Amino acid sequence: MSILITPETKIIVQGITGDFGGRHAKLSLDYGTHVVAGVTPGKGCQFFEHGTHKVPIFNSVTDAAKATGATVSVIFVPPPFAADAILECVDAGLDLAVAITEGIPIKDMIRVKRAMQGGKTRLLGPNCPGIVTPGTGKDSFGGCRIGIAPGYIHKKGHVGVVSRSGTLTYEAVFQLTSKNIGQTTCVGIGGDPVNGTNHLDIIKLFNADPETHGIILIGEIGGNAEVEAARWIKANCQKPVAGFIAGATAPAGRRMGHAGAIVGGTEDTAAAKIAVFKECGIEVAVTPSDMADALLRAAKAKGVTLT
Amino acid sequence: MNIHEYQAKALFEKYGVPVPKGAVATTPEEFINALAQLPEGPTMVKSQIHAGGRGKGTFTDGYKGGVKFCKTKADAKEIAGKMLGNTLVTVQTGPAGRKVQTIYFTVASDIKKEYYLAILLDRASSKPVIVASTEGGVEIEKVAHETPEKLFKIIVDPAYGLADFQVRDLIFKLGFAGAEAKNAAKLIRNLYNAFWDTDAAMIEVNPLITTPTGEVLALDAKVSFDSNALYRHPEIVALRDLNEEDPKEIEASKHSLSYIALDGNIACLVNGAGLAMSTMDIIQHFGGTPANFLDVGGGASKDQVIAAFKIILGDKNVKGILVNIFGGIMDCNVIATGIVAAVKEVGLKLPLVVRLEGNNVAAGKATLAASGLALVSGDTMADAAQKIVKLVA
Repeated sequence: MSILITPETKIIVQGITGDFGGRHAKLSLDYGTHVVAGVTPGKGCQFFEHGTHKVPIFNSVTDAAKATGATVSVIFVPPPFAADAILECVDAGLDLAVAITEGIPIKDMIRVKRAMQGGKTRLLGPNCPGIVTPGTGKDSFGGCRIGIAPGYIHKKGHVGVVSRSGTLTYEAVFQLTSKNIGQTTCVGIGGDPVNGTNHLDIIKLFNADPETHGIILIGEIGGNAEVEAARWIKANCQKPVAGFIAGATAPAGRRMGHAGAIVGGTEDTAAAKIAVFKECGIEVAVTPSDMADALLRAAKAKGVTLT
Repeated sequence: MNIHEYQAKALFEKYGVPVPKGAVATTPEEFINALAQLPEGPTMVKSQIHAGGRGKGTFTDGYKGGVKFCKTKADAKEIAGKMLGNTLVTVQTGPAGRKVQTIYFTVASDIKKEYYLAILLDRASSKPVIVASTEGGVEIEKVAHETPEKLFKIIVDPAYGLADFQVRDLIFKLGFAGAEAKNAAKLIRNLYNAFWDTDAAMIEVNPLITTPTGEVLALDAKVSFDSNALYRHPEIVALRDLNEEDPKEIEASKHSLSYIALDGNIACLVNGAGLAMSTMDIIQHFGGTPANFLDVGGGASKDQVIAAFKIILGDKNVKGILVNIFGGIMDCNVIATGIVAAVKEVGLKLPLVVRLEGNNVAAGKATLAASGLALVSGDTMADAAQKIVKLVA
């Protein structure tokens, strides 16, 4: 099994007629993902065409979900309208909303997160690369690719990857696949300070997934989500876990690209988080080039096979 | 986005948060007019720069203190003359300091007691938090560490907003009573309104004071805003002071590049924030020092790469460049072509190591090799970082 999505998951693309959304909808279709509907208000009854694919466009998420049975939506709409787009997924009763959009005001996300509390819809992101469950075909074709990650670097297998950063996730996945180690699901939770799903949520899912034999946890400076996840791992997770924290050289008080990547005190520095990782039995990758090797070390120590 | 103290206090006044009466001047001629707006008597002279630690700072000509108490307005005028146009170095400015281009004069208030008050995002709960302490005028991190029992927090539920009982709770914990309690409650509520309405990222009042007559005043004011929300606040964008920002960072933002200057000598050019941060880290890991953070975004177009090279080369400390691109979706050959064009256009003379990985990487590497440029290819991040550190050493 994978977590959150399977190769059979049907997805909606909000903002499918935009440049960005359209481009990635095509790449997902090429990957074999079931992109079953698009949503662009005012463009209902039109179609999004790509090769032999003809994806119907709807005016609302509810219409799209009712007509197609889709349970997940991916959001590519511009920042001023993104919070509304997320709430529309909640209203439609979807299982998962994946917000790719970067630059949503923090206040909008504070309100959205409060509105989602207690509801059934899970939010991934915003400002995230999305989520991939690799398929069994060539270059992992036939998987479910939601968002902007390169599908072909993946390989179906037994490692779960969770990260705030897009390219750093690709780096980890690429290292794993190069070593012939496949993945169950790779999840980007996003670089914003207020996001829907955090490291710990994903770690719990990986821990409960029998197909996932090992986990790579990638974090960065700012906040305490990695620390919270690490402490839970120490108490509850028997699987080998490798960790990496970016931003050891970041000056305090400066936002490093991601809105959430900012050192606010003494406890959210890279050094502090790495110290907690070590204390919690997480094998720390010394450099970003060492992520897959770190997981191999952790697996060897626990006598776990990753392939 | 940060603003000056005097701008923050104008915002406070708009929201009904009391501050000591003040006036600004940007030239010596304006000192007279500004001071004329204040009553005769003790006056504060405050250098306006976007950095903390002004009071304990030193000007580059040796004059000490960017914030001064003066017994008379005449003294204030003289002291302001020493600060204006002078460069102030504080713990937060770095050794280069900041040129003081605005002076803020305020009435020097009688202080009965100092408090600390701030409103910011509580990341753990994803809700606004009001933080207050009876220990004003000192570093709040120190209070949190040494005397956490003197630090009080209210988490605000965004669905309801700041509740009256929460404000009362805080007021009593801080030990306010009578007229002071009433004034403090009003101030806290108004300050929260300012925070919420303006999409502030953080408001910090340190110190908040009481006076012998029962007034509660914001004696200092530090406000920053969520950059993502600026599109809906043109009145706040108008407060931006470009003099306070690194010209290289301003130039970068024009090209949708995320750039932060550091003090090392190995520049980096990377796609993606996480990868950019860890590229700096790996340079340091292998004994080098990063000159900057630079994220060219997921696309890394030719124009962006050219702009990025120009910005990097504007930093005279740079002795070598490391390009690290993970071309997930984008064709590595397109990126390589962009790098070659950029290097030729800027006439790069410094050592350059390029690490490309991802889609169509073999063709990309072939393009780099056939370019005739004196660049070095790195296979992994570790390999590339070691090579550039060696070339610069």
